[in-house]
Amino acid sequence: MGFSAADLQAIWLTLRLAAIVTLLLLLIGTPIAWWLCRTRCRWKGVISAIIALPLVLPPTVLGFYLLLAMGPNGPVGQLTQALGIGTLPFTFWGLVVASVFYSLPFVVQPIQNAMEAVGERPLEVAATLGASPRDTFFNVVLPLARPGFITAAILGFTHTLGEFGVVLMIGGNIPGATRVISVQIYDHVEAMDYAQAHWLAATMVLFSFAVLAVLYSRKRPLVLK
Amino acid sequence: MTTPTLSARFQLDRPGFSLDVDLQLPCQGVIALFGHSGSGKTSLLRCIAGLEQSVKGALRFNGDIWQDSNTFIPTHQRRLGYVFQEASLLPHLSAQANLEFAIKRTGEVVTEADQHHVIDLLGIGPLLDRSPAQLSGGERQRVAIARALLSKPRLLLMDEPLASLDQARKQEILPYLETLKTSLDVPIIYVSHSPDEVARLADTLVAMEDGKIVASGPLNNTLTRLDFPIKLGEEVGSVVQATVVERDSEWLLAKAAFDGGELWFRDGGHAIGSPVRVRVFARDISLSLQHHSDTSIVNSLPAVVEEISTEQHPGLALVKLRVGNTPLVARLTQRSAHHLELAPGKPIWAQIKSVAIIQ
Repeated sequence: MGFSAADLQAIWLTLRLAAIVTLLLLLIGTPIAWWLCRTRCRWKGVISAIIALPLVLPPTVLGFYLLLAMGPNGPVGQLTQALGIGTLPFTFWGLVVASVFYSLPFVVQPIQNAMEAVGERPLEVAATLGASPRDTFFNVVLPLARPGFITAAILGFTHTLGEFGVVLMIGGNIPGATRVISVQIYDHVEAMDYAQAHWLAATMVLFSFAVLAVLYSRKRPLVLK
Repeated sequence: MTTPTLSARFQLDRPGFSLDVDLQLPCQGVIALFGHSGSGKTSLLRCIAGLEQSVKGALRFNGDIWQDSNTFIPTHQRRLGYVFQEASLLPHLSAQANLEFAIKRTGEVVTEADQHHVIDLLGIGPLLDRSPAQLSGGERQRVAIARALLSKPRLLLMDEPLASLDQARKQEILPYLETLKTSLDVPIIYVSHSPDEVARLADTLVAMEDGKIVASGPLNNTLTRLDFPIKLGEEVGSVVQATVVERDSEWLLAKAAFDGGELWFRDGGHAIGSPVRVRVFARDISLSLQHHSDTSIVNSLPAVVEEISTEQHPGLALVKLRVGNTPLVARLTQRSAHHLELAPGKPIWAQIKSVAIIQ
């Protein structure tokens, strides 16, 4: 007994999805977090709320609207069709886009918290020493907020690993393209193949536990507020 | 080279506090911004640094416009040094890396010799490998001062650099600041609420109260103004710049000459010819109509009464005297003032019980 070929395919697909999504989220989340941290714009609250929505919404709701938006008649769908790349639902890249939305708060919030914890003083110090705002961002803010980035990457990665509802809505169940671990487990259970489901499910539990144990055992745990 | 000048006009309104200043200063030596906490000293300093972006006003340093109605030169382009009140080393960098952070961004050549000079001046050589968390408060502040100096500022701003330190750490850093003053050619604006620090370091005094400048001018002339608006209590007195002219090895005394007279004091090892700063408290001067030789008091100087005013306590009087060109302040009871028939222009002997050599 062990992983079947289909299981391995699902594992590989899931890891690839989580890695790509985490990378994209760090790139997108960093400027958003910095903006939220520095802005005095009155829309800050609204934007923060929009980013936090996936924390509370059922994934199926999020998946439903993303499906509509990316479908042939949705605004995103029309744009992707105009660009000649077809529609995104039921493709790997559709999953990537959906996962980015789904995991955004798990990346933005730790980075934002860490950036806020840096405080005003190091920025002022850097300015009095002749550092431009850009220089200060890269050489003072980023290194000081590093623990937040590590937390963000871990949470973004593990959260993407575990998604199910969004995948079902937007990706369906296509081997090699959208059939991720959680869907594969669901299939095993549906087929009453509990032993096979155990292998994947227990692996997920162990992996997630190990990652979170490392995260929470660090000297300065930096997790969601 | 002409003396750099600073002219500043600022208006800043905050809930419960407003800053309203108009200041022209020859920027030379140490300028002390002096006042109680909440008087606006730090706000003014931050405005000069460009750290208060909402302030309205105008600022010129040495002919350069740093701020006016359509200009705002950001802090990082002003070429200034700033020492914050509490430790402000970048926590992710070692002491050495903090210094290098400044050196890399100064836009000027900082030679090895410059670095050694500053590192020796502040005695931080053995600390350079440590991270800020491994340094004591006093050590961190010395590294922060060194870092500000190595950025080769045209103007050094210091916001109560000693305030967060205990007495022992203050005494550890003050001598470095005194050396700094004489060995560097950078004007320093020094914020303090401590009369002692001001007396030791300042050349020019700017007194602030409620966000306004209430007195400014050369240190001793300003400090001895009887209408000096900030109540100094027991610390009222004058600061006299003098030069050591004689040392008496038999009695272990030294004599310093100032503009208008001479003072004996306990020999503290100052070489003949070296400058000293002498602090004479008003409470340590008594007045007499005649010169007495049958007294234990060593320093008795001929003076002229210039002005008399009532002290905070109505039973006490402050008397401003002039010894040659040097103003001194004496505190005595109203009864004594009445008894001696003190009046402006009256010649008198000032008997000085003790003097403190503060530099």
